[in-house]
Amino acid sequence: MERKKTIHVTVNGEEYEREVEVRKTLADFLREDLGLRGTHLGCEHGVCGACTVLFNDSSVRSCIIYAAQADETEILTIEGLAPAAGPLHPIQEAFRDKHGLQCGFCTPGFVLASLDFLVEAREPSEEEIREAISGNLCRCTGYQGIVEAIRAADANWER
Amino acid sequence: MKPAPFEYVAPESLEEATSLLGEHGEVGKILAGGQSLGPLLNMRLASPEVLIDINRLEELSYIRQRDGHLEIGALARQRTVERSPAIPRRWPLISDAMPYVGHMTLRNRGTVCGSIAHADPAAELPAVATALDAELRVLGPEGERTVPAADFFLSYMTTNLEPEELLAEVRFPPPQPRTGHAWFEIARRHGDYALVGVAAVLTLRDDGACDAARLVYTGVAPVPFDAREAAELLVGEQPSEDSFAEVAEHAAKASEPGTDVHASAGYRRHLLGLLTRRALGKALERARGDEDGA
Repeated sequence: MERKKTIHVTVNGEEYEREVEVRKTLADFLREDLGLRGTHLGCEHGVCGACTVLFNDSSVRSCIIYAAQADETEILTIEGLAPAAGPLHPIQEAFRDKHGLQCGFCTPGFVLASLDFLVEAREPSEEEIREAISGNLCRCTGYQGIVEAIRAADANWER
Repeated sequence: MKPAPFEYVAPESLEEATSLLGEHGEVGKILAGGQSLGPLLNMRLASPEVLIDINRLEELSYIRQRDGHLEIGALARQRTVERSPAIPRRWPLISDAMPYVGHMTLRNRGTVCGSIAHADPAAELPAVATALDAELRVLGPEGERTVPAADFFLSYMTTNLEPEELLAEVRFPPPQPRTGHAWFEIARRHGDYALVGVAAVLTLRDDGACDAARLVYTGVAPVPFDAREAAELLVGEQPSEDSFAEVAEHAAKASEPGTDVHASAGYRRHLLGLLTRRALGKALERARGDEDGA
């Protein structure tokens, strides 16, 4: 048993080997050790959803998972959703087109939660959309633009 | 919000896990989904010296039916149970309640057994386990024992588990024929802990009278509130809106909800009565449509 652990983790398709303090959250690891600051930290105790990432393809809150637990897993953060130089992901396009963001702080979490939802959902009702994003807080938009963005992404994303 | 330092170990087998618990149980904590424990660690409300991460124990991730029972292992995620196609047909209470457990991202990670072992009196799954008379399989250094859900919950976040024990499985018995289930709850926001939640289980005789009834509530007591006296008023009676109203009133009087920033005790009692009537109505409708217990 150790207070440090060496982990092998694939983040956005790239493999990393790093020694981490076992109490370090996955969110802090992504931001501090890998420099991926697109994962935002709001509440740091699993309430606001800003730090949502995909952990082996399912959306999780990276502030209440430890980096040590990510050993031998695949993580997708907002940086990995679309290549920096290429076009945006259809969900990102939809958030832009439908004004699904204002300050943008919560947006990476909303986009990744939406991704997890839309991988399976087809033509979701407004109620289903609102339920899917109920774990993410936005203090700017009043959510209407976000709901419309998810509906537009559902229509435009070929999957 | 960073957790206090701890040591971390991720056993590769159940034997290794139970032996680690034997060694460190008093100062350690099991980490399964971590969706309740993580916030407690980050806020330093909990500061165990050792975290025993059981996420590598794939042997505990099962959801299976055996001898008519539904068995859910310690590592089965809430989201997997929610999507499991066999559950809604025979144990609709579980699939009715599951979407109310936190949010999708929490259920992706959170486990059914973890929620039961955490024993938050406002949580859905302890009440569901109580209402369905689930059995809890507990493993420890001394071996295995089985605890009925009715004996498992002792107080707020306190269970019958010893520090060196692990809740390895929850086992739901087969439903009786002509049984209907219903879950209703009211929360201030979807996914928050409910002000009041109710599990209703109603079994009918061939003549349509009530053969057995259970009503178990969240949010009104330190443990899931099993309103047996109120539910027993229905037994032998032809179910009706009037009898449901009487039972609801009885259960509301017997409950001891608290007042906090979210709602007064009086409002919680009002909700309890309202939800009881709705849940019994839904359970009755389902029991009448259920001929074979399936």
